[in-house]
Amino acid sequence: MDPLSISFVLLITFVGSLIHVYSLGYMAEDPGRRRFFAYLNLFVAAMLVLVLADNFVLLFLGWEGVGLASYLLIGFWQYKPTAATAAKKAFLINRVGDIGLLVAIMIMFTVLGAVSFSDVFAAVPGASDGILLAIGLLLLLGACGKSAQLPLQAWLLDAMEGPTPVSALIHAATMVTAGVYLIVRAGPIFEGAPVAQTAVMTVGAATMLAGGLIASAKDDIKKSLAGSTMSQIGMMVLAAGLGPVGYVAAIAHLITHGFFKAGLFLGAGSVMHGMNDDVDMRRYGGLASKMPITFATFGLGYLAIIGVPFLSGWWTKESIISAAFGIGGTAGAVFGTAIIVGAALTAFYMSRMVFMTFLGKKRWDDGVHPHESPVSMTAPMVVLSIGSVALGAFLVFGDRFAGFLAPAIGAEPHHFTVGHAFTAPYGIAALVVLVLGVALAWFMYLRKPVARTAPKGNLVTNTARNELYGNEINEGLFMRPGQVLTKALVVIEDKVIDGAVNGLGAGVGDSSTGLGRTQTGFARTYALTMLIGAVIVAATLVVRF
Amino acid sequence: MIPLNLADGAPPALHGVTEAPPVLDWWLLAPFLVLFGAGVLGVLLEAFWPKGSRRTAQIVLTAVALLGAFLLLVLQVEAVGEGTTIANGVLAVDRTVLFFQGTITVLALISLMLIAERRDGRDAFSAQAATVPGSEEERTHILAGSQHTEVYPLVLFAVLGMLMFPASNDFLVMFIALEVMSLPLYLLCGLARRRRLFSQEAAVKYFLLGAFSSAFFLFGIAMVYGYAGSVNFGVIRQAVESGGAEIFQDGNGEPLLLMGVGLVAIGLLFKVGAVPFHNWKPDVYQGAPTPITALMASCTLVAAFGALLRVFFVPFGTSVELWEPMLWTVAILTMVVAAVVAVTQRDVKRLLAYSSVVHAGFILTAVVAGSVEGLAGAMFYLAAYGFTTLGAFAVVTLVRTRDGGQELGDLDKWAGLGRRSPGLALALSLFLLAFAGIPLTSGFIGKFAVFEAAVAAGATPLVVVGVLSSAVTAYFYVRIIVVMFFRDSEGEGPTVARAGMLTGSVITVGVAATLALGILPGAFLDTLLPSGEPGQEPAAVMVDQVTEVPTGE
Repeated sequence: MDPLSISFVLLITFVGSLIHVYSLGYMAEDPGRRRFFAYLNLFVAAMLVLVLADNFVLLFLGWEGVGLASYLLIGFWQYKPTAATAAKKAFLINRVGDIGLLVAIMIMFTVLGAVSFSDVFAAVPGASDGILLAIGLLLLLGACGKSAQLPLQAWLLDAMEGPTPVSALIHAATMVTAGVYLIVRAGPIFEGAPVAQTAVMTVGAATMLAGGLIASAKDDIKKSLAGSTMSQIGMMVLAAGLGPVGYVAAIAHLITHGFFKAGLFLGAGSVMHGMNDDVDMRRYGGLASKMPITFATFGLGYLAIIGVPFLSGWWTKESIISAAFGIGGTAGAVFGTAIIVGAALTAFYMSRMVFMTFLGKKRWDDGVHPHESPVSMTAPMVVLSIGSVALGAFLVFGDRFAGFLAPAIGAEPHHFTVGHAFTAPYGIAALVVLVLGVALAWFMYLRKPVARTAPKGNLVTNTARNELYGNEINEGLFMRPGQVLTKALVVIEDKVIDGAVNGLGAGVGDSSTGLGRTQTGFARTYALTMLIGAVIVAATLVVRF
Repeated sequence: MIPLNLADGAPPALHGVTEAPPVLDWWLLAPFLVLFGAGVLGVLLEAFWPKGSRRTAQIVLTAVALLGAFLLLVLQVEAVGEGTTIANGVLAVDRTVLFFQGTITVLALISLMLIAERRDGRDAFSAQAATVPGSEEERTHILAGSQHTEVYPLVLFAVLGMLMFPASNDFLVMFIALEVMSLPLYLLCGLARRRRLFSQEAAVKYFLLGAFSSAFFLFGIAMVYGYAGSVNFGVIRQAVESGGAEIFQDGNGEPLLLMGVGLVAIGLLFKVGAVPFHNWKPDVYQGAPTPITALMASCTLVAAFGALLRVFFVPFGTSVELWEPMLWTVAILTMVVAAVVAVTQRDVKRLLAYSSVVHAGFILTAVVAGSVEGLAGAMFYLAAYGFTTLGAFAVVTLVRTRDGGQELGDLDKWAGLGRRSPGLALALSLFLLAFAGIPLTSGFIGKFAVFEAAVAAGATPLVVVGVLSSAVTAYFYVRIIVVMFFRDSEGEGPTVARAGMLTGSVITVGVAATLALGILPGAFLDTLLPSGEPGQEPAAVMVDQVTEVPTGE
């Protein structure tokens, strides 16, 4: 147990408690709520095992445990085919990542001879570059599966089929950040393998932009938020890939993100609760007056995530940007710029969401009567919104969190100064894109009326709406060939193997009948057979082989 | 060799002929004498004992004789030490021989229970074998309740032959043992109470073919005598090692030896029922009264294999490379042909006959191994198979047609037996699984032992064939289980005779032995079977001459 674990434990237990409270209201009517809470606590237990483990094997146990809980909770409404499919999909894609982690642990055990963190890290300096690169890339594969990073991102959007508190806790605040935890935890390995680090940053940057694009195009409020989660975790992964300078920023952003993204999800759940579980933002509009508390808390989360100065998101995002530019060189410039573009996307899609949901004209059907949610749901949202506002400053100001984490990750604290964020070119650029993003969203979704059905989009919109064709790619690359292979194997099984077996059986039967004819019942035939036998015996005695 | 007292300094005569009268060790001969005496006494009982209680007297006499012989054999185990030969070197007594003899007497005792079993006051044997089947005379005898109590002395004589067969240390004695064993069996086969023509046909076939094979055997003995100048196993062994008798010093005696080995082998392979000398088995097993079939399937097989192992390991043990290819061929033929033919058999007794042929093939792989492990494996296999097959035939005696009460061999009519008599069907299933070599049954251990020995001796291809053949046999064993348990009977199906105390005991013993030897074979393997260095020649545990003066003298 060290400060890094403690940070996660606090995040998990704190947000987890709030979401339990929220679920009391949200799941009040559900007949399976006992099962729900059992699963939810299984998740919390597994997640705590994951972050408290002091070796990779125990971590893997927790890793699998949260995967199982995630599967159970996504498919909680298992009578819905979409939910059942989504659960299966999440599980399968996670398995791909799990194999990566598992193989990485096997390599550690065989080559480094240890699985505990301290022993493995102690053995790192003596290990060859190839081994470290292999372990690093395999760990990255594991992280990609759990944190929905490219190319294993496809499950996260479908996972929104689960109940909203689940989306908030597992698929926004905690479980999906396990990949970031893994990369930071295995920092010494990645520091020993620069290529793996670059791979981490590339994956993070690509996912950040992809998630932003998806979030900008989705009309389903939860899927849009899920895209946002992908994007934000991509940013954290990028930061984690920066090396020690990025660790603190990554974890700080992870924690503040845990607060405001959980808050946003709970807000979305509150909206859905009032809108008869409709998730299409094009049928919301003007809900601010109907749900004032939800609007207020959601709005604060919104301001925090887009990085309005002095709110939580701003502190941590600025930390990441400055850390990225801080590594210098081409890489620093490229990845720093990518984060700023990502920030612009964040500003755009989050503004779009707020404008479409809470502002503008009402677009809901006549039968729908939006109403504020019960206090058991709003109270956790209020608490989370406080965190969204203040936690960032608490953590970053005066390098408090950096100092706290330093013994765990051995990072040299990256000094973050408020003034610098406003004077450095990247700080100004971040503020400019923030304004631009909000303005564009205002122009498109508030000034112009929002159509109740999605308009025909251009190539970019359609691509983003289709989740960058991630499912199609998976289907084309893996599912279809897999199906063809399965069919081929079935044909081989039916025709070749069964054919051989049946043919063999028939052959044995036929030869049985044939040979049976020699059993005529006549002693003379038997005597003849014996004579033939005598010839055989004589032959094999004379011609010895 | 002659068991002359070596202490008196007389040089042992090489050719088994001495001027002095033979020294007979009565103590070691006692088991034979008990059976022989009881057999003769049985014949006298036939003549003088009152008819009413004659059957009981015969059964008691036979049982006591078999039990006595068994106890004597057990007492000899410690006494013989390394083993010795007796009666001018014509019979060997060592632990291997005693194991075979003990197994035969125990299996014969169990068979006796089946033979003595009566249903509605009638046993399995013809009322008066001399009458024409279907004649008025026959009916008269049936009504009068006549019975052939001669069966019991015949069994005693047959068992006497079986005890001598694997103990022979001399080809002529072995031939006599063969005939003493076979002649009563030929008779017994023709004595079935029902389907008498069928039974008589089986007996005639068995007799004709048996005579044919005996001729081969005897001719082979002549060849071997010509080659070695003696019929004594010890002498032959030395002669084979040194290239033949003195007149063959230029090495041109081999053709004689080859002919001798081949012809003797034919006689022995006929007795164990190896392909292509197996044709008699299905017909005889089916036609003979089932208790006699049980006796042949267990005791005769043990005796015949005991003799075969002894012949190939002792007199011909130093010319392995001569006969190994021949036995390879016969073993493969036996395992493949019998397994394949059995697949389409519809009659349970025929099926068990083919099964017995396949098992003979499996045991032949142990002979090919030519090692102490092979010998031990074959011994275990024979004992285990004997108990299991007795149980299986005991079940067959209980399943009968509805009308006439005769045994119902047709497999299709066995459908639904599992529902009507679950206990019986379960017992038979266990026996069949043991035949198939499923673990936790004695059949698995036996098969494992012989195959392991064969692999260790480099006969892996043979074992591959054996395992494949074993898979084929599993098909028809399991088919019987399927028919019994998973198919509904058409019409009324068979009746199951209530198992009498004797038959019930046989089945119980069969189940117990099959499970005990399958689950805890260790005690049996360690104490009763010979053990030696890996790959050691089996002749090391089989005596062919006096090795030590028995403590009894």
